[in-house]
Amino acid sequence: MTAAPSTTPMAPHPLLGKKAMPWWLSGPALLLFTVLLLVPLALTAVLSFNAFDPATGVKAGEFTLEHYRHVFADSYYHAIFWRTFWIAGLVTLICVAIGAPEAYVLSRMRNPWRSILLLVVLAPLLVSVVVRAFGWSMLLGPEGLVNAAFGLVGIGPVKMLYTEIAVVVALVHVMLPFMVIPVWTSLQKLDPGVENAALSLQASPFTTLRRIVLPQVLPGILSGSLIVFGLAASSFAIPGLLGGRRLKMVATVVYDEYLHELNWPLGAAIALTLLVANLVVMLSYNRLVEGRYKKSLG
Amino acid sequence: MSFLKLTDVTKFYGSTCAVQSMNLTVEKGEFVSLLGPSGCGKTTTLQMVSGFEAVTSGRIELDGRDITHAKANTRGLGIVFQSYALFPHMTVADNVSFGLEMRKVPKAERRERVAQALALVHLEPHATRYPRELSGGQRQRVALARALVIEPPVLLLDEPLSNLDAKLREEMQFELRQIQRKVGTTTVMVTHDQSEAMSISDRVVVMEAGRATQIDHPHRVYEHPRTRFISTFVGKANLVPGKVTSANGTHTHVGAGPIEVRVDGAQFGPGAAVLLSVRPEKLQLVPAVQGRIDGEVRERFFLGSQWLYRVGTPMGDLMVLAPNDGRNALDEGDRTGLDWPDHCMRLLPADEAVLLGAEAEAMP
Repeated sequence: MTAAPSTTPMAPHPLLGKKAMPWWLSGPALLLFTVLLLVPLALTAVLSFNAFDPATGVKAGEFTLEHYRHVFADSYYHAIFWRTFWIAGLVTLICVAIGAPEAYVLSRMRNPWRSILLLVVLAPLLVSVVVRAFGWSMLLGPEGLVNAAFGLVGIGPVKMLYTEIAVVVALVHVMLPFMVIPVWTSLQKLDPGVENAALSLQASPFTTLRRIVLPQVLPGILSGSLIVFGLAASSFAIPGLLGGRRLKMVATVVYDEYLHELNWPLGAAIALTLLVANLVVMLSYNRLVEGRYKKSLG
Repeated sequence: MSFLKLTDVTKFYGSTCAVQSMNLTVEKGEFVSLLGPSGCGKTTTLQMVSGFEAVTSGRIELDGRDITHAKANTRGLGIVFQSYALFPHMTVADNVSFGLEMRKVPKAERRERVAQALALVHLEPHATRYPRELSGGQRQRVALARALVIEPPVLLLDEPLSNLDAKLREEMQFELRQIQRKVGTTTVMVTHDQSEAMSISDRVVVMEAGRATQIDHPHRVYEHPRTRFISTFVGKANLVPGKVTSANGTHTHVGAGPIEVRVDGAQFGPGAAVLLSVRPEKLQLVPAVQGRIDGEVRERFFLGSQWLYRVGTPMGDLMVLAPNDGRNALDEGDRTGLDWPDHCMRLLPADEAVLLGAEAEAMP
């Protein structure tokens, strides 16, 4: 070590200076993001254009658009994409209908009830998805608790397991926290006086909710629905376990192509199509809803 | 005939008493302030009038109608909240218009009345802005316009100026008073700022620990504080403990330290322990030996228009406010005499338990 002469100011080392600091701080995250997300995504994209021969497998270095043509032309895939999106849409809708009021009620509660109920809302995230799915299959099966209850009121056994009903019910259950949390967060930012102000101006409690509270929590509902839609459309375990072998969604088809048909390029093409379709749906939804309120809520 | 009347209004939170037997009558067009430190129950009182807090016992009447248990959205009062509570997703004009819309006022009339209300608070050019684009003072005006546009029987102000900086607050005080005079709305304001309460209200209700301890005109509250708390909370006061030596019909003599002080009035009998209270500006500096008592300047503070001295005397340290008349001020260590007019000395009970139970209201 040599001491710098006291007359010259210490020039900061370029790797330690103020400017380098943000890079160092975000470095680990960037590295993780690149290695674990961008690289596999790029590899998958390349793979989806690779030619495939059922006898020999993937032909590296030979490229084709065949897989995409296959996905877009075959009505079998159309049906699966359509089912995936309407299920995801329905799950989002139900989550908004249940989650937004739930968050509002929660925000109005006092401790300790608030903490206890918040824990109940988050509980699905604490249980393994497999355990949860099997739980639902026991409840919804032909001999399950739900059908037993239906039997008591004279409704014959309803087939729910291995149908869209089971998938939607189980998805709503898992996705609810992803709706409640963002709505709850935007409710926390609400000035509590605002509702009283509306009441003092002779608005009914319902009008207050609709005209004053709802517009202000809309950003929360928006981000909640984006998360729920995205996760539901790409969900794998729940449709796999509760949809059965015949009721397929996009993620389960991708799995089948990879592991049963061993047609990796086709699987990759389906996966990327889902990714792009998901992005298109979410971005246009964001545009539509946020555009209307951007000016006022900044 | 009183317009807004609170009779024995009491509020308990569990077993804690927030407001105890509050009695208050407000005349039509009057501006009344509830003044007190935080936690004295002034905001709770206002919330019971506005309907956001339930009344534990007692009665609230508005223009002869019992509104004790009426829902907040049926009372029709104009309220300005401490946080202003503007609707952030609506423009200034929409904020002001909301109350009229709820009353199903036709659109054309609505537009006209909103314009009038905005003109009243000088905000016409900002009608299409959003609250977040306005300064604190402007938001305050929007809140005021929103509360006034519905032409409420009573305007309730919850610490309306506490979020503004000192200079703006002073300007708004005058403006608030002007606007209130102009529209003539009966107004109840909650504040912890005594100068604010004094300068703009017709009457002041001083609250301590859930009770109204004095209800009087600002000048009376200042000149004749009923409790030790009021004498120090409302303005500054020198408090000197003493004992009543003799009392005739109109005067009381009190022994305090080495001297005897003559005080107007005779509410205490001989032997009673009392506090002498005198405002710093009522004490006059005179040359040494020529006053009633001599002292030495211990400290001095320059306040611009005035000098504040702390003078050590045999009665104890006394604060003296002297006008800055341009002449040389006394220096620390200088000897001086102090004098005062008899009628400026007040007597307070040394033990306040007696007074707290007594009826606090003086009719206007």
